[in-house]
Amino acid sequence: MNLPPSRVRIRVDQPIAPPSTNGNAILGAPGMTATAEGHWDVAPEVVFDSRDVSVFYGAKQALTGVNLGIRRGEITALIGPSGCGKTTFLRSLNRMNDSVPGFRIEGEILYHGHDIYGGNVDQVEVRRRIGMVFQKPNPFPKSIYDNVAWAPRNLGLRSGLAERVEKALRGAALWDEVKDRLKDSALGLSGGQQQRLCIARAIAIEPDVLLLDEPASALDPIATGAIEDLMHSLKGRFTIVIVTHNMQQAARVADRTAFFSLETGGEKPIGSLIEFDDTERIFGSPRDPRTRDYVTGRFG
Amino acid sequence: MSREAQPVGAGDRPRAYDPAAPLTATGNLRRRQIFSKLTEFAATGAAFAAIAVLVIVVYTVIARGAGAISWDFITKSAPEGVAPALVGSAIIVGIGTLIAAPIGVLIALYLTQYAGGRAAGFVSMTMDVMNGLPAIIVGVFVFTFLVDTNGTVGLGQAGWIGGVALSIIMVPLIARGTQGVLRLIPKSQSEAADALGVARWRTVLSVILPSALGGILTVTILSIARAAGETAPLLLISSNASVDQVSINPFEAMANGPVRIYQLSEEANPAGFSEAWGLSLLFISFILFASLGARAMVARSKRKISS
Amino acid sequence: MSSAATTQAGRTSPRGRDWRKRGDRIGDMTLYAVCAGAALLGAVVLILLAYEVTQSAMPAIDKFGLGFLTSTDWKPTEQFSVFGAGSLVYGTLVSSFFALLIGGPIAIAIGLYLSLLAPKAVRGIVSPLVELLAAVPSVILGFWGLLILAPFVKSTIEPFLHSTLGFIPLFGKPETTGSSVFTASLILTIMIIPIISAVSRDLFISVPRDMQDGASALGATRWEVVRGVVLPTTSSGVIAACLLGLGRALGEAIAVAQVIGAGSEIHVDLFKTGDTLAARIANQFPGALTELHLASLYYCAVILLVIGVASNLVASWIGRRFSFAGGQVR
Repeated sequence: MNLPPSRVRIRVDQPIAPPSTNGNAILGAPGMTATAEGHWDVAPEVVFDSRDVSVFYGAKQALTGVNLGIRRGEITALIGPSGCGKTTFLRSLNRMNDSVPGFRIEGEILYHGHDIYGGNVDQVEVRRRIGMVFQKPNPFPKSIYDNVAWAPRNLGLRSGLAERVEKALRGAALWDEVKDRLKDSALGLSGGQQQRLCIARAIAIEPDVLLLDEPASALDPIATGAIEDLMHSLKGRFTIVIVTHNMQQAARVADRTAFFSLETGGEKPIGSLIEFDDTERIFGSPRDPRTRDYVTGRFG
Repeated sequence: MSREAQPVGAGDRPRAYDPAAPLTATGNLRRRQIFSKLTEFAATGAAFAAIAVLVIVVYTVIARGAGAISWDFITKSAPEGVAPALVGSAIIVGIGTLIAAPIGVLIALYLTQYAGGRAAGFVSMTMDVMNGLPAIIVGVFVFTFLVDTNGTVGLGQAGWIGGVALSIIMVPLIARGTQGVLRLIPKSQSEAADALGVARWRTVLSVILPSALGGILTVTILSIARAAGETAPLLLISSNASVDQVSINPFEAMANGPVRIYQLSEEANPAGFSEAWGLSLLFISFILFASLGARAMVARSKRKISS
Repeated sequence: MSSAATTQAGRTSPRGRDWRKRGDRIGDMTLYAVCAGAALLGAVVLILLAYEVTQSAMPAIDKFGLGFLTSTDWKPTEQFSVFGAGSLVYGTLVSSFFALLIGGPIAIAIGLYLSLLAPKAVRGIVSPLVELLAAVPSVILGFWGLLILAPFVKSTIEPFLHSTLGFIPLFGKPETTGSSVFTASLILTIMIIPIISAVSRDLFISVPRDMQDGASALGATRWEVVRGVVLPTTSSGVIAACLLGLGRALGEAIAVAQVIGAGSEIHVDLFKTGDTLAARIANQFPGALTELHLASLYYCAVILLVIGVASNLVASWIGRRFSFAGGQVR
């Protein structure tokens, strides 16, 4: 299997300052230990633990028995043919499916150990921590600045707002292009810029996780490349889950890849998880023949 | 866009919240959620308050008017009944419909079949303005033009002139509504006819109008429901009628429900109130049923078109 | 072309085809003429209306000029015969803007409920019911207002407002009957709510789902999504809807005449009687005493026509300019 020339994917030990002794709590994941050189050793901590998750829309079942764990700080790609439930699964991770009529979920999705469909869970808090960027860029009809500043304002993060906006725009690799026209309408940006604006909007409130639903599918190749570069740079700060129908993109970008497909075992095809592993394994030596068929392009 | 330019990882402030904490609403979010729930509550309350007003009004009319209703009430003239007003209203509204329906449909046809951009805009604006005319002004105009003996035509009060006044109110409603119906008809039908070389007028008469007939009927019923309740235009045009006997002569003033109710309410004579409530009940029943029925027809035809 | 002709029984000869073509052309021209004529008729009626009403108002316009709008003397008797519509203009504006002030937000809230909050089944019942409120004839609403609402307002609402907010000059001592500017304003509020809420509802439904999703995905509460995305995107359409409602309120004659008490002075106190342009016309036109009296009433009609048409045109202009679905309503 020939992988396309990929970028170097390095899992770097994050060079964050080691724990200081001045009593400030540095919020980190359990399992981080300080090494002698003053780095953190990041143990692969599971952010999302999906246990036997099935999704129904009314009587129709869209997904069956999905079991996978998404690790902190990694990029996890969900690939597969259209209609196999990858977007459904993604949207279930931040409860964006709640507004779809007839939506029902079985099984558990544990986020840092908490069932996100549990009793006391506040939907809004879920989305505050688990952000999403959609397939088609959907900027608000406001200025560029206001697009990014809107959510932080809601959250009450009013101090240092300008810095926060700048940092988000830098993080989305958009700052240099818009820094002189922050007051202009966001609708005047190109498609690729709008999508980066949506990413900036999402990271401005510093979510824990970023869900990306085919973020580059509506964009031209150059813009797509920019988005992919972006994901590498965002990786350490955020846990990223990306749905893509573009296998090469998954191979370029993701640490681990999940392959979904339609199970035609019963009468109706139901989406299910076929294989989930390190990206090199999925594309290099997949275990399941269906995976192999897909990644070698034997079917759509 | 080089990676070095982006402040990643090193020196970042830790997050302002603990991602691993339970996903309940706390602090700032709790306040925001309470406010959001309050607004939801207010919006729901507003909707049900509006319905409550409707229910109260209808209930009052039923409660106070039911007692007056009887076979005599409907069939006899004063003092036992209101038959003249019922018959008069039916005739006046009927005349209004006969005038307004063809004109409204023709205007809608003009807007959908013939009018270019500017002409369509102008005619649309005309319909908007006509729609927004206060009913009393329509009455004053028709009075001046047709009724007033010192005016232009000077015919004196007459039921048919009341029909003319009502038609001015009905035409914009029928035109707009029919325009909406015509727009729903798939273009493929008329395009197929054009491709076969069929003349436009044949297509309109034998393909388009029959398709639109149900919708036009619905629109007409809705405008009848509206016209049946109008008082202001008739106040000056058909108010001097006697209520002692049923008249089917549209060339003189005819009794009609809305004007009669208004006169009884302004007389402030409690003895007349019972008759006014009874008349109100009859009219509001007709109008509400016609409105509901028309809307049900619209809903059903929308489902048919989209299926 | 020929196949169409040949399928028509009997008209297959060249002669027959010529006749058909001519007949078709005449038919087409006739239909066009009739349709265009109808459209033109509408414009003609409007122009005629403006002409007749203004013409009949000329005596009063000549005599009183623009001062008519501010003078509050209205003395129809032969002796004085001086007219001024100041109190009427005041009453019209106060009652209509009150109705808009109270009814507008309520109607917008109802629109939000129907579009964003109500489950589909509930919307299917509540939506038509709210629209049905608009179908209640104004004379019946006014009659109900006179016999039911006015006494209730007088016995309950007015004393309550007077006792709690009496320091504001708007809320003075209740009058003997409940007929007042306040009651009329309430009736107008009831009348304009269905119009504004129906248009608002349609506007809010048209806000793209993906934009609302984008806002929700940023951790915003439902209200924040409304405030940040739904309302700003539809603001011009909502304003147009409110203007339509205002136009309705400005022109209402019958229901207002029944409950406003036909007062002739300007008061700040809402609980006193008052009058509006439309109601004054309804009240005094049939029994106008003198030529000048009649002309003055026509003058009122002219003013009413101008503000009624103006608000309607502005509403349509806003609707077209900022293109919301529709552009007109009733």
